[in-house]
Formats: sequence, structure tokens, C-alpha cells
Amino acid sequence: MTTAEISPPTHPVAGLPKAREKMGRRFAYGFLILSIMPIVVGYSWIVVATLSFRTEGLLPRNAEGGIGGFTLSNWDFVTDGAIWNAMFNSLLIAVAMVFGVGIASTAGGYALSRMKFAGRKAFLSMTLVLHAFKAEMLLIAIFFVLRWLGDIPIIGNFVGFNSVGGVALVMIALELPLGIWLMKGFFDNLPWDMERAALIDGASRFRVWWQIMLPQVRPGLAALSLFTFIAGWNAYLVPFTFTIGTKVANMPVFLNQLISDTAPTNWNQVAAVGLFQMIPLLIFFIFTQELLLNIYAGGSKGS
Amino acid sequence: MTQSLEKETDTGVPAGDPTSQRSTLARRVRATATAYGFMGPAIVLVLLFFIVPGILLLVLSFTNLSSANFSDPWSYIGFDNFSRLFSDPFFPKILRNTAFYVFTTLIFFNLGLALVLALVTTNIPRRAGFFFRLVWLLPRLTPSVVYIMMWQRIGQADPFGIYNQIVPGFLGASGGNLFLGGSPWTFVILTNGFVGASFGMIIFTSALESIPKDLITAAKVDGASLWRIIRDIKLPLIKWPLLFIATYQTLSLLTSFEYILLLTEGGPGLFTTEVWALTAYKRAFSSYFGNSQWAFGATWAIVLVSVALVLAVGYVKLFKFNELIEEPRIENL
Repeated sequence: MTTAEISPPTHPVAGLPKAREKMGRRFAYGFLILSIMPIVVGYSWIVVATLSFRTEGLLPRNAEGGIGGFTLSNWDFVTDGAIWNAMFNSLLIAVAMVFGVGIASTAGGYALSRMKFAGRKAFLSMTLVLHAFKAEMLLIAIFFVLRWLGDIPIIGNFVGFNSVGGVALVMIALELPLGIWLMKGFFDNLPWDMERAALIDGASRFRVWWQIMLPQVRPGLAALSLFTFIAGWNAYLVPFTFTIGTKVANMPVFLNQLISDTAPTNWNQVAAVGLFQMIPLLIFFIFTQELLLNIYAGGSKGS
Repeated sequence: MTQSLEKETDTGVPAGDPTSQRSTLARRVRATATAYGFMGPAIVLVLLFFIVPGILLLVLSFTNLSSANFSDPWSYIGFDNFSRLFSDPFFPKILRNTAFYVFTTLIFFNLGLALVLALVTTNIPRRAGFFFRLVWLLPRLTPSVVYIMMWQRIGQADPFGIYNQIVPGFLGASGGNLFLGGSPWTFVILTNGFVGASFGMIIFTSALESIPKDLITAAKVDGASLWRIIRDIKLPLIKWPLLFIATYQTLSLLTSFEYILLLTEGGPGLFTTEVWALTAYKRAFSSYFGNSQWAFGATWAIVLVSVALVLAVGYVKLFKFNELIEEPRIENL
């Protein structure tokens, strides 16, 4: 083992001298504080900008160029219908994802964990590969799938190209490999005595899944729901690619339209919209810290 | 115990009795139907949004479909798209950009900084370490549009840019726009790296925390320096997480382009920060001279998808994930 290579004691058991340890700790904090500077600066700017007339660097400026210029006028957008429409679309996508990913992954994960059927192995290996694989490259082809879905009578109006439902459907599918694997893992860890007893007593698989299994994986389902909600709320690339105009835009797309369309961009108003959009995320951030760190270790697909 | 139970369920009924055999068959059919019922939503979605698009992408790359001839039936043009791709004057540049982007971000941030952050935050008091890791999670949690907007304000030209205000005329800053002028690559790598590093950081932290304390104590007693403890004990023990992050993040970086699209759109100028994935996306969706070249974009995409698939299969094999695909224990009752 590696410990064997370590040289015999050269100085007393006391370990590192106190002074050196203190230095090391100072160095560690210095490095960490320096490393988070861009994040701190970025967030500070957003907060300062939303409350001021305009900003130069991190300094708020008033109309005369002096420091100051406190204003709430950047928040005027809350009385505008467009933002609420975008927010409603964002919420729709996020909630649809929580339900869609939740149902499809708990049902699929349960079957993959507990049942033997033809094609099980193939499906499992496939989702495993898909989980590692980022699907953004498939968007070009998904564009045509959505157009076809849009041609289906009646249903097409809700799930086709340029509809909130279509965006939600694509987002659900893209998160599914992760969801299925997470839920399968949770089901795998459950003892099966209770389930077995219920099955012998004649309960149907569906009833067992709904009444016995689901309550037991509630913590896992909660974590998955939080993760998918955030993914849906933040979604930019899929809605941006598959929607046109403001009616179906969600918050990130709406924000980007504000940045690119209006010339010159009112950065302070844009900052306010950005902060507004982050309110639910900041609430999660403050109240579910431990859970968040765990979820993102559980297999996030990030760059 | 497990074995005896498996046996019991496998041959639930005594063999040889014809009537019970028939009922076993019926039961099996029913069990399969139930299983597919549960799998239904997942199968439909995977088919619609992974399998069909995958095949479609391949088919598209052999046609000349674009918004200019959308009404025509798709006509087969053989390998024209592929030869056009490889003879593209910007092909070498895009290839170089992609390699540079993936490896620089990986080495310095997703792997390098992630490891350093994990090592440092596990060597300070727990609460402080937790706090810093939490702050590092923020970029990942922030909507990409807002996140990029923050970086754009940091790199903005005088008098609005934060960097230019704090460090005027220093380190090559001329007061101009940094991400669309002086140092676009620095900004592309920083924006991606600040999101990417947190994933490795979390994984490495939990791996480091699971190293038995007495190993470290023993080494300290023996007088090992901090550096030797890291090099000879910690790093060898987290070899697998390191490999996992290296392969997983290579794959992620190779196929992701959202932050670059938002930050520079591949600019400034011609293809300065354009990577392979972004090229595919832009060819298909942003119109060059009013024409979305879906088929040509699909050709760029299918090459990348093939590379990514091979890497993904390799990485699943490398980490023996197949062992997770064990048989279920109560299959039909």
C-alpha cells in the first residue's frame, strides 16, 4: 500500500507546527475567497443594478454621473402582462416536467427494478448510455419530430412546434434517462418483503406500486422533483430553439429577447427581470442546501 | 437465502402438470404486459425524442433539406454533405477550437480546480468548507441567460465593465470589451469552467470524506507532509472518481454549446470561439442568407453524435456500469 512508501518520522509526533498550520489555513481561505470573487461580483452587480438608475462597474450612478441614483423604476415590469405570461409559461414547463419526469421515471424505474421482461436489459443499457450522452445535438432532428406532432389533429395544438406543451415534452424526455436511473436506484434499495406479501395476497402490480412502493421512495422523488423543477425553470436552449415570438416564451427566453431586441439594452431593467426570475431558485438555495449538494452529486448533467 | 427465493419464484408451480404449464404461460404474458404498461410512458418518450431523432439525423445528413427547398421531397445527395464538411475552409479552425475548449476547460476547471476546491474545502472546518462549496454551486443553479449576463457585465467595455473598473489598464485590459474583443477565449472558458468545476468538486469531496481518518492520522504521525499525504494517500484513493469526472466531463463539454451561444455566438469575427457543437446548431437553426441548412447542420451533428456515443459506450464499459443491470429478484407473481 501507499502508506508504506511514507518516510519514517523525521520530527516529533506533534505534526505540523502551529504557526505553519495557521499560515496554511490563511492561505486556504485566501484562495477560496479569491476563487468565488467572480460569483460574488456577478451577484452583487445584479442586486445593485436592479435598484439603481444605471451602473458603472459595481457603482450605481445617478443622471448627473455622481454616485447614487436609487430607483425602483426597474421593477415597473411587474405591472406588465408580458412578464406574467412568460412566468406562467416557465411555471407550466417546470410543473409539467416535475409530473412528467416523476411519473415516467417512477413507473419505469419500478418495472426495471422489480420485473423481468423481454427488452429490459437492452432498455437499461440504452438509458445508461443516454444518461452519459448530452442530447443537445439531437435538437435538429427533434425539430422535425415536433413539426410532425404538430400536424396531429387536436393534440397537435398542444404539443407541436412553437407550443409550451411541445417544449415541456422535449424537456421531459431529455431528463428521463437521469430520472429513470435515479428512481431505479431508489427502488433497488427497498426491501421487498412488504411488496411480496401484498402480491401474494392478490394485490395488483399497480396497487403495489402506488400504495406500497411510492410512499417509500418519497425522499428520492422529492429530490428528483426539485432537480427537474430547477432544470425546467432555467430551461433556455430548448424553448429558444422551438418557440417563436413572445406568446410562448418562458422567462429565460423573454429575458434574452430583452437583451437582444431592444437597442440600447436597459441593463438595469434586464437585471431586475433576472433577479425576479431567480426568486424561487434563491428560496431553494437558502432552504434546501444539503439536499441541493446531494442532488447535484447524484448525477447532474452539466458541462 | 436469496438463491432459494429466486428458485421458488422461477418455478412457482410444480413441473409436468400441463394445465399449470399453460397457466404459467398465460401468467408470463400477463406479467410482460404489466411490465410494458409501467414502461409505456418512458418507452414512448425515448422512442420519440432519442431513437427517432437519432435515425432522422442520419437520414437528414444524406439529403439537401434546407428552408430554401422545404416544400420539395427530401432528395438524396449521397456523401455530398460530408465532403462539404471536411473541405470547409473553417473546418481545421473549428476542430482546433473544439479541442482547445474541451481540454483547457477540463484540465483547469472541471478537473483541476474541482480537485483543488475539494482538497481545500475538506481541509478547513466543516461549516466553512460547506459554505464555500455552496457558493460554488450557485453558477450551476443560476439560469444560463442570467449567468451569462453577469459575465457580460464583468467583461463589458468602459465605463460599464466591472473588470475594467477594478483593474484599469492592467493585465492587458485596454478598457475595451473583453469577451467580444481582447480575450474571448478566457471568457468562454471561465463561464463554462465556473459551472463545470462544481460537479467534480462535489464528487471529489464525498470521495475524500470517505477516506478512513486513521490512514491520514497514521501518515501524520509518521511525519508525512501535507503534500505527500495528498499525493501518496488521497489521490490514489480517489483515482476512480477522477477518471469518472474526466470522461464524463469530456463528453459534456464536447456536446455543450449553450453558454458560448449566449456569450459570443462563436464570435467575435469569424469562428473565433466557435466549437463543433455550436457549428452544427448554427448551420441548422440560424439562417445564413435567410436559409436554415438543416441537412448540413445534421451532418455536423451526426459526426459529433457518433463520437459522443462511442465515448459514452466506452465509459459505461470502463466503469463497469453493466453490473448495475442485474436481474430483478421478484419478477412474476
